[in-house]
Formats: sequence, structure tokens, C-alpha cells
Amino acid sequence: MSDVRYEPVIGLEIHVQLSTRTKMFCACPLSFGEPPNTRTCPVCLGLPGTLPVANAEAIHHGLMIGLALGSQLAARSIFHRKNYFYPDLPKGYQISQYDEPLCSGGRLGEVRIHRVHLEEDAAKLTHVGASGRIHGSDASIVDFNRGGTPLAEIVTEPDLRSPEQASEWLRLLRTTLRRLGVSDVNMEEGSLRCDANISIRPTGSDELGTKTELKNMNSFRFIERGIRAEIARQEQLLRAGEPVVQETLHFDPRTEAITSLRSKEEAHDYRYFPEPDLPPVTITEAMLERARAGLPELPLEREQRLASELGLNAESARLLSWRSELGDYFEAALAAGGGVESQPLANWLGELTTRAGGEDPAATGVEPAQLAALAALVSSGAVTQGAARQVLDRMVAAGGGDPAAIVEAEGLGAVGGADELAPIVRAALEANPDVAEKLRDGDMKPIGVIIGHVMRETRGRADGKEVTAIVRAELGLGG
Amino acid sequence: MIDRDDVLHVARLARLRLSDAEADRMTGELAKILEHVERIGELDLDGVPPTAHVVAVEHELRPDVPGPCLSREAALAQAPATQDGGFLVPSPQAG
Amino acid sequence: MTAILDLTAAQAAAAIERGDLDPGELFGIYRERAAADELGAWTWVADAAPVAFDVGAPLRGVPLAVKDLFCTEGVPSQAGSRILEGYRPPYTATCVERLQTAGATLLGKTNQDEFAMGSSNENSGFGPVLNPWDRSRVPGGSSGGSAAAVAAGSAPWALGTDTGGSIRQPAALCGIVGLKPTYGTVSRFGMIAFACSLDQAGPLTRDVTDAALLYRHMAGADARDATAVGHPDEIGLPSAERLDGVRLGVPVELAGGEGIEPGVLAAFERSLALARELGATVEEVSLPTADRALSAYYVIAPAECSSNLARFDGVRYGLRVEADDLLTMYTETRHDGFGDEVKRRILIGTYALSSGYYDAYYGRAQRVRTLIARELAAVFERVDAIVTPTSPGVAFELGSKSADPLAMYLNDFFTVPMSLAGVPAISIPCGLADGLPVGLQVAGAAFSENRLLDIAYALEQGLGFDGSPARGGATP
Ligand SMILES: [Mg+2]
Ligand SMILES: [Zn+2]
Repeated sequence: MSDVRYEPVIGLEIHVQLSTRTKMFCACPLSFGEPPNTRTCPVCLGLPGTLPVANAEAIHHGLMIGLALGSQLAARSIFHRKNYFYPDLPKGYQISQYDEPLCSGGRLGEVRIHRVHLEEDAAKLTHVGASGRIHGSDASIVDFNRGGTPLAEIVTEPDLRSPEQASEWLRLLRTTLRRLGVSDVNMEEGSLRCDANISIRPTGSDELGTKTELKNMNSFRFIERGIRAEIARQEQLLRAGEPVVQETLHFDPRTEAITSLRSKEEAHDYRYFPEPDLPPVTITEAMLERARAGLPELPLEREQRLASELGLNAESARLLSWRSELGDYFEAALAAGGGVESQPLANWLGELTTRAGGEDPAATGVEPAQLAALAALVSSGAVTQGAARQVLDRMVAAGGGDPAAIVEAEGLGAVGGADELAPIVRAALEANPDVAEKLRDGDMKPIGVIIGHVMRETRGRADGKEVTAIVRAELGLGG
Repeated sequence: MIDRDDVLHVARLARLRLSDAEADRMTGELAKILEHVERIGELDLDGVPPTAHVVAVEHELRPDVPGPCLSREAALAQAPATQDGGFLVPSPQAG
Repeated sequence: MTAILDLTAAQAAAAIERGDLDPGELFGIYRERAAADELGAWTWVADAAPVAFDVGAPLRGVPLAVKDLFCTEGVPSQAGSRILEGYRPPYTATCVERLQTAGATLLGKTNQDEFAMGSSNENSGFGPVLNPWDRSRVPGGSSGGSAAAVAAGSAPWALGTDTGGSIRQPAALCGIVGLKPTYGTVSRFGMIAFACSLDQAGPLTRDVTDAALLYRHMAGADARDATAVGHPDEIGLPSAERLDGVRLGVPVELAGGEGIEPGVLAAFERSLALARELGATVEEVSLPTADRALSAYYVIAPAECSSNLARFDGVRYGLRVEADDLLTMYTETRHDGFGDEVKRRILIGTYALSSGYYDAYYGRAQRVRTLIARELAAVFERVDAIVTPTSPGVAFELGSKSADPLAMYLNDFFTVPMSLAGVPAISIPCGLADGLPVGLQVAGAAFSENRLLDIAYALEQGLGFDGSPARGGATP
């Protein structure tokens, strides 16, 4: 049995805080780290007698998400109450959606969407340890600033097959949501939160194993590590002949430990029923029209356009689309003109991104037009690749700059023509007689030694191909 | 027929302690009420949709315009216990 | 002073407008009576007359009694529950705010059954209310404090709420007028909820004209209540003296209703005879499902209340029983804070919504509701209004039904179908049985308040019911 191979089956549940101005069911502005309980009103504190009224903009955001994911949009949107007691839930129920979500079905890339629904966020609980106020026992403090923030809950089908694929896909979703402008999608700040449903099964089987739910992983790294750890745990159980128990789990990124969140209390019975305080919302043609009109080009569409219209290779097209800040920088550079070609520009953007530590290249201060100008200098042969990298280093160091001016000032212009290069090549051959010998015999392998010598002499300003051509000419080897 | 265990289960869901005497009494009363209520089981309801909202109302959505908040003092004014600007409760993790 | 007390609210407003009556004096008289109340009708009485009255406003400083469950800023608003003892909200209910804008002044808050659950006002956390006609008897509920205060003349008029009969039944038992408006015409914002899909605020008044006047200023859409659409018509003051051409229906299923007392039936028959005399036709109509309304109601209302009352958890306001762990804090707070009837309904409602039972209880009840609403709508195609006794009996002895919740629930037999259908219904006093008032319920199609008020007004004039014994006969 030990040679059985297992395949993970992963589905994600993503809670996205929508970037409306006000909360889901009251007019409180959304909170961004204000002092506790300063962004509340009678409604979001659940005071007796208060009633919810749904935020039109949250519905609009929900429709945009549904359109972007190719979901079926409900003609009428119904809210339900999900009943349970917890101190972060002021009314004793969460207003959410149940059997008639705003959006059903859909797809993003290789992953099918099960549903998208709207709901209100819970408040923030801070554990304060033993407190004199509560008989010396552990206590928590509730801050209702976050309570009532509009959330879209996006649930996928179990279409993901590896931790890497899960985090990669989540990046695509995040970019899609960011492009839509419906959320800040910041995992660290909790505006994007992800739970994973994980099961494993023998490879080739099409039955689903017992799944567990891994809660609230708050960074892309933790998602990958958490899912990996849970897959390993399940595999270990199955190999030991023990069953996987359906439960909710918590992953501790510090220790990699997975612990059960199952409380000592009985299972939840949420007693869903239609929210009597909220009549159904009819999704009108005008609302749909507005949502459609608001749709920007989405990452997958951009990927296709960059590949087919601009001829970028697959890797570049994907990178620039799935990270919209790269795509936006790229398109701004391209638009700056100067006759720069797409693929080399994409490559130079890669260089710049590396220098930005993988973060947003705009943060270096190098402007898109400046990068485009640099790429154009290379394309025209005015600067070699190697020299251009030095120019880019200087641009980054100075927080931007005109590449042509740097070339001029630093004397980094390409050393052009046999007149200038031939004497340097000759000197290189003389300094390396054994290499020259081999080259003369037609063994071109060690030519790098000669090129390296010339590059050193010219501080990288020579073009490798031109140097090769001159070597051949000097040795009488013919083109 | 609802029994004592059902009543205690439901009381737990509702976060309501019942003393033994209360549980006994409630079981009898609830059984009687539910027996009356179950007369709706005799009706033929095939094809009858449920009514959640009796007056057909269009939900007038709220424009996304911020309104005033309560001051923190007002928000906390009625709280049984507060600390550091928040509502103090026994920890859900404790006990 | 007696002359002033004899004025209806509309008459008092007119006297103030003419300059014949000083609103400060009016307030002072009622304040004194409310403060001296011995019926348990009041839970809070305003200290002093408001400094200034807006004499231009339509209600011109006429004092108003407000059921405890309406939130009033800075004023105890406890919904008759110990779990909210001393609770002072930071905001005022829309409907009270509207009336204050119209010139009404807050006289005080009135006692009620806890969270509006009850038909006798014995379920208040702050003690029972006594019926001013006979202090050994209940005033009805849940708006019993409002009804008793108006009947006893410690308030010119009052606000109540009706979920399954909580305005109409106490109005009937106290010999005054009570209107349950069409669901959605009055904002529920600031009304501490019992059952959201049924709760509706309405007036309890000495006569039909006052009911129309108060309702006129209550109705209106509210951006803070998504279910509040307001009223399509301006509410007029009723003036019909005859009922020529008016078609009244008597539902056979209700008329033969369970446990209807002979004295009540006799008063009801006399009212029908009067209606015919005034020119109305009276015919039998059928509401085949109406006798199951109570069953459906006792699923829907408890289900909603089990959820609505979850917020009373000791975290943000109200009572907390301190405990070392959260679960105990919750369960002890709710054990100590809620009375028996509230606990009963929370348990029924939680059960009806719980996994495995939803379809059999809540799901079915909501379908029954559809049938009842359809049947009523069909009947209102044929008749202008249906008439029934408001309550099967007159005011009963305190404690006589406390041991049998189901017997208590049967008080709402006639009033619950209209609540489930969301249609308006008014109760007017139609005579005495054994010296105690009997109520006549007149119900109409949704938004037909103007016609309903006219019919009720014509009957009121013809009936000539004298509600004054209770007011003039004894100090409250
Ligand atoms: Mg959720
Ligand atoms: Zn708020």
C-alpha cells in the first residue's frame, strides 16, 4: 500500500473586503486603523430597534465581480440571517446570503467558481489575557470599527491540485479584483482572507476524500505552506490507516503546526432564514448596465492581448497581466514611444523589477519613459546590453534619470566599428596565444576568453557579436 | 414530539440556561404549543410559495454616502464592562 | 380640569390652536395624572413640560404616551424587559421623531408585555398593568400600558405596536380605539423588534378621529427602514355618517370561532345590526385557512424573535451576569434577563428554525401565510371590509390564564390573520358585556386605511359608546 500516490484536491473560500465608502448595512465610513469603536453607529453596534439597509455600491461591486468571473447573476438578491453567538457578532446573526447568492457559477482561468455572495464582516476581537475585570480570567476586547464592512465571499469548486497552483491562482484572483477596483485586496491588512478546503485521494481516483477546512491564512506564503502541511498530515494519516476527520483547522506559520479549531461545544446549527428586515433586491437592467460599463480589461484578457497583439512571449504576457502594476508600467513605457520593441522592453522591465527586489518597479523612481528610452538605445545599437545594465544601475541608484545623458556622461556608448575594436582584439589574441591557436584550428569554444578580454578593456561597451566577427576576420576564418 | 433533550439542545443553541424545573415545565408547555402549531401540517400546500415579505416592497438601496458615527463615549456608554476603548468580554478561548 | 381631560387629542390640539388652551397646562395635567398612576401603566414619566411648544405644528404640544419598546434618546427604553433595565438609547425611533416634529410632546413611556410577547400585560418585567375598568382584570397586551393610560385618562393618546393583535386586543379590553396599520406604512426603525415581518406601530386613542390624526403623522417612508414604504394616500380625518353601499363581510370560519363569549357575540351582533341600519350590506365570506393562522403565527413570530433577541447577550448594553467564561456569561445573562414567555418563544422559534425542522415548521408556516394573504386579498375584491369581534372575550382576571400559554394565545384568534397578511385593522369599542368593554375589529385591504377609518367612524357615531366611566369614575 505504501506505494500509493495521492493527489490533493483543493477548493478556496475567499473573503474580500469591498472598498466602498460606507459599511454594508449602515452609513458608517469604513475603518482604516482608527482608534477602537470610533467608526460605529446604532446599526452596526446592533442596538435594539435598529435596522439594516443595503449599500447600493456593495451590490454594484458584487455584480462587477460576478461579471468578471463569468457568473450567472441573480435576478433578485435575497439576504438571509446566519444565527450564532459570538462577541464579534453584535446582532447574534450575520446578514449573509444563503440559497440565492448574488452570483452563481463562473470561472477564472482553470478554476471554476461555485458562487459569490455578499455579507457583513465581523468585529475585531483582541485577546488581552488575564484581566482583573473578569474575575482574573482571560478576556477579550471587542472593537466594532470593522464590524459591518461589506464582504464578497468567493467560493471555488475543488479544482486546484497543488499548493503552488492555489497560491498562483489566488494571485490571479487578487489582480482581477484589484483591476476591478472593488477591493484593496491586501492580505496582510485582512482585506483579502482565504480559507482552503483540502482533501486527498489516490491519484487517478475520481472520488473525493474527506475534506478539512484550513482557516484564515494571511499571506501567499502561508497559504502554500499551510496547504502543503495539511496535505502531508492527511497523507500520513491515510498511510497509517487512520481516517481523516472533517474539521476546521488552524495553521500556525511560526511552528508549521496544524491544530483543530473544533470547539468543545456542539456543531453549529446556523438556522438560516430570509432576513425579514431586507426585502429582496431586484437587479435591474440599469444596474447590470452600470456594472458592465465599469468593467476594465481583466488580467486574462490582457494576457491574451499582450501575446497576440504585441507578440510577447507567454511568460512575459502572463507576468505582466497577472501583476497589473507590471503590466501598467509596461504599457506606460510602450506608450512613451521612441520606437521601442515590446519584447525587449518587457525584458528590461524584468531587469528593473529585479532591481526593485521583485516589488513594484515604479518604486525605484525610474519612469516608464526613461526605461523605454534605455531599451531603445539598446535596440538601436547605441548601447550594448552590458553597458545598458550599468546605465540602469545608475538610474535606479539616482531614483531615475535620462539614460542617454548617463551614457554620455559616463562614456558608456557602444564602441563601434573595426577601426576601434580591431586593435583591442589583436591585443587580446596576442595575450592569449593558446586560445588563438585553437580558434585558428576551428575550435570556437574558447572565444569567450577573447570576448571577455575585450569587454574588460571596453567596460562592456562592445557588442559581443561584432567582437566575434572581428576575431574571425583577424584570424582569416571567413564569415 | 419534542422531548426534554430537544428542549435542552435548543436552549443551548439559544444560549439560555434552563434550570431542571424550567426544563421540565417548558418541555410540557412546548409540546402542547407545538401540537397546536402542527395543525399547519394538515394543509395541502403543494405549489404554494412561502411568503417572507408580506407587502411587496422594492428594496430601496442606500447610497454609499457616509453619515455620522457615535462618539466612542456614546458607543460604550451602556456597556457592562469596557477596557482600552473596547467592550470587555470573557475570552471565547477561555474556560 | 375635568373639562380639559374630556377633550380628545384632536379637540385639545384645536383648543390650543384657538388659544383657548395652554399646552403647558395640558401637559401639566396629564403629567400629574401619569405620575400618580396606580395601574402600573407607566414605566417612565417626563419630569417637566418641555420648555417650548411649536404652536405652528399640527399636533401643537399634545402630550403623547409611548410604548416602552420605542427607543427614545436618553430616556429609558426597556421593552418591558429586565434585560434592558435602565437602558437609555442614543437615538430616537423614526415614528416618535416624526410625531415630535409634528408637535407632539413625550409624556412618558408605557408598560408592556416583555418584548411585546403577551396578551395580558402580565409578562412585563416591571409588573403587570391593571385594567382601569376593573383593577382585578388585565388590560390586554402587549400594548397594555398604552391602552390603560388612554382609557384611564392619564394620556390623551398613545403609541403601541401590533404583531398579532397587540394594539387591537388591549384597545378592545380597555374600551378605546386601536389601529394596526398596513405593514410597511410606518417605519419600524427604533422599535425594539419582536417579529420583524409582523411588527407595526399604530395609535391607541379615545376615538377614531384621534386614531386618524395620529396615524397621519406616523405614516411615511423611511430611508432607515427598507420595509417602510409609507402610505400612498394622505390620511384624512373621517367624516362618514352612513355606510350606504359599503359591503361588510363576516368570515364564517372566524365567527364560529373557539371560545367566543356570549356577551361578546351579542355586542358583535348588535354592531352588525347597526351597520345594516346605516346602509351597509353584511354577508358571509370564507377564509378557509384563517383558523390555522394562529398555528402559523406561533411558528413565524417565535422564529423571528429567537433571532431578534439574540443581540441581548450582555456584551454592549443591558444586563450582564458576570462569569469567568463566555458561554456561562451568555447563558446566565439570558436566563436571568428574560421572563418565562420570552424564553418559551425563543425556544419554540429556535426549534422551528433548527436543522431538520425548518421545512416542517418555518417553511410550512410561511406557505400558510401565503394562503391566508391570498384568501384575504380575494375576499377584499368582494367586500370593503371584514368585521369580527376583536377578542373572543372581555378583560379576564389577572392570573387566570397565566398557567396555560395556549389558552392565552387564543386571545389573538381574530387578530392574527390580518397580521400575517399585513393588512390594516382597527378595533373600536362596540358595547359592554358584564360591564366590560367589547371590541369590534374592522379589517380592510392593504393601504385601505382611509376607507377603514371612515367605516369605523360611522359605526362609532352610531354606537355612541361611552368610554368615560373609566376615566371620570375614579382617579387612576
Ligand atoms: Mg462567510
Ligand atoms: Zn454603523
